[in-house]
Amino acid sequence: MATRASAPSAPVTISTRVDKVGLRPKVTRAIRAFVVVILTVLILLPVVWMVMTSLKSPSDVVAVPPKIIFEPSIESFIFLVTERVQFPTRQEADEFRARDDLKWYEKKVAERGQKITRVGDFPKQLRNSFIIAGTSTIFSVLFGVLSAYAFSRFKIPGEGDLLFFILSTRMLPPVAVTIPIFLMYRELGLDNTYFGLILLYTTFNLSFSVWLLKGFIDEIPKEYEEAALVDGYTRLQAFRKVVLPQAVTGIAATTVFCFIFAWNEYAFAAMLTSDATRTAPPSIPSIQGVGRIEWETIAAASLVFLLPVVIVTFALRKHLLRGVTFGAIRKG
Amino acid sequence: MSSITLQNITKRFGEKTALNDLSLTIQDQEFFVLLGPTGAGKTTTLRVIAGLEKQDAGDVLFDGNSMLGAVPAERDVAFVFQQYSLYPNMSVFDNLAFPLRSPLRKLPKGEIERRVKTAAETLRITHLLERKTAKLSGGEMQRVSIGRAIVREPRVYLMDEPLSNLDAKLREALRIELVHLQKTQGSTTVFVTHDQIEALTMAQRIAVLDEGHILQIGTPHEIYDAPATTFVATLVGTPRINLMQASRQDGRIFVKDSSVRLPPPTGMDLPSDFLLGVRPEDVRPTSDGEFSGKVVLTEPLGVETIVHIRSGENILTSLVPGITPIGVGDEIRFDIVRERLHYFQPGGKRIVAASA
Repeated sequence: MATRASAPSAPVTISTRVDKVGLRPKVTRAIRAFVVVILTVLILLPVVWMVMTSLKSPSDVVAVPPKIIFEPSIESFIFLVTERVQFPTRQEADEFRARDDLKWYEKKVAERGQKITRVGDFPKQLRNSFIIAGTSTIFSVLFGVLSAYAFSRFKIPGEGDLLFFILSTRMLPPVAVTIPIFLMYRELGLDNTYFGLILLYTTFNLSFSVWLLKGFIDEIPKEYEEAALVDGYTRLQAFRKVVLPQAVTGIAATTVFCFIFAWNEYAFAAMLTSDATRTAPPSIPSIQGVGRIEWETIAAASLVFLLPVVIVTFALRKHLLRGVTFGAIRKG
Repeated sequence: MSSITLQNITKRFGEKTALNDLSLTIQDQEFFVLLGPTGAGKTTTLRVIAGLEKQDAGDVLFDGNSMLGAVPAERDVAFVFQQYSLYPNMSVFDNLAFPLRSPLRKLPKGEIERRVKTAAETLRITHLLERKTAKLSGGEMQRVSIGRAIVREPRVYLMDEPLSNLDAKLREALRIELVHLQKTQGSTTVFVTHDQIEALTMAQRIAVLDEGHILQIGTPHEIYDAPATTFVATLVGTPRINLMQASRQDGRIFVKDSSVRLPPPTGMDLPSDFLLGVRPEDVRPTSDGEFSGKVVLTEPLGVETIVHIRSGENILTSLVPGITPIGVGDEIRFDIVRERLHYFQPGGKRIVAASA
């Protein structure tokens, strides 16, 4: 034994890494890559199709077989933001087209025998969506981070029960309560107001945001704030200067999730809003074409609607990745 | 700098009583160490002084002024934490400047810069000022942490095991630096540790805590040479004190299950059964020693050797200077230094000589 222990150990020539045992690594990697590509294609195909449709001219949209290669056009986007009428006769249309004081987009529309009467409803609906989703997200995250901090740091009587109670608002599908809420809102005069939807979305998102953020704030050692407290700061200053900068990841992730929910919400928006406050989701399926179903306009609307979420998510992606894998990885 | 007085502090966490009617006074400019095992209430005491924890009863006085209801910021203390004390989103400079930038102080920019520079030079961390704190080593982090305390010139320094996360060499170096710093600044420092060596080497006075009670307050010398209880006796000193069951019969002291017999001390009323404590350095192997035993283990440490001697059923540890030729299995003779024996009640309390 003693001689063996003192002998120089032979170099290790066999890898002991678990991930290199079994199937040859190259094959495994190839299979993995293949699966990822297939999944990506499956997921992205509808999006690609939507983008293509939005860029097609009205005749290309309905062409059979579908055209993969086509001449792109932005007509759909003009259609999207305008309200138009069809000229009753061909002659009137031709006369209108012949005028030389037409703007480029008016010309485009005139080629279809149509005339722009006013700006369409979609920009306003998109703006409503921004106001409602944006404000409710700000409220959800703001109140969420404050109450999550309180739950995380202070001794609150019945803390567990309260947290459960907060979460219980998510324990039934929101659609199940649309009718009672609709009736309540009508009585309270909250239907068809920005405030009504903001309140509703904030309520729904708050439970989620409190829970998610509490997890993040729990992970920040409380010694940091205590250090700030003895360093001469108040609780609120310590929270702002020490806790918030460290909770950025959690706040970003929560923001994205809350925004996506509020931005995409359909059922309540359809039920509780009409002309003045209508948001984009319930208006997209009800886009009225002039004389036909304008698939390219619907596709363009969907695309425009999709962009804010993409931009927000992309801007916060660094934080998001850590946010959604939260809990899976321990900080070193 | 300030003196601190704790008056009958009681602190409970739910069912558990962390501090039980604790009173003590820390002099101005004193290096005071709170020593005790995990869960003794040392850190809680520190946090109560800082105002991070609110006591259920009692009061904290700074220079005789009640701190009841004063938030941490108002108490003007500096706290060095065991870990996690540097703000991770700031550079070292910003960390050091953070307490000075407090809205409470409103120091001009130049003054902040000057103070940070001075503190950094004192702690030799000037080269780190621009770094992010996450990239520092443990020792550097703790230096910055101490730096953040000294830029302030606070009334009191509170240090919660600041050295326990460091490796042995660094700990020793920082220990010396801290003592030096305290001496030159003349600051009142309350230092929490579970490491008896830190306590003995650094403290002017030590309070030994266990389960929320103070067992003894005294100079390191008093704590070591006259421990108030067996708990204090075993906590302080390595290797640990030898504690043996003993009884008094026919005017002699019998150590149970052993051949050791000793004359009783003069001027002391010993009960018939008690505990006898002998520091390892007071067990001295000599060729003409009075007692005999068999060596069961030796631990050479270089500068000294710990010899475990079996005498009857008892095993005595003996501390011998240098490397000894004594080997395992040897039958040896040894003496016990009579003047330095410790006597304890069976319950653990020290038996003191009846004052004449």
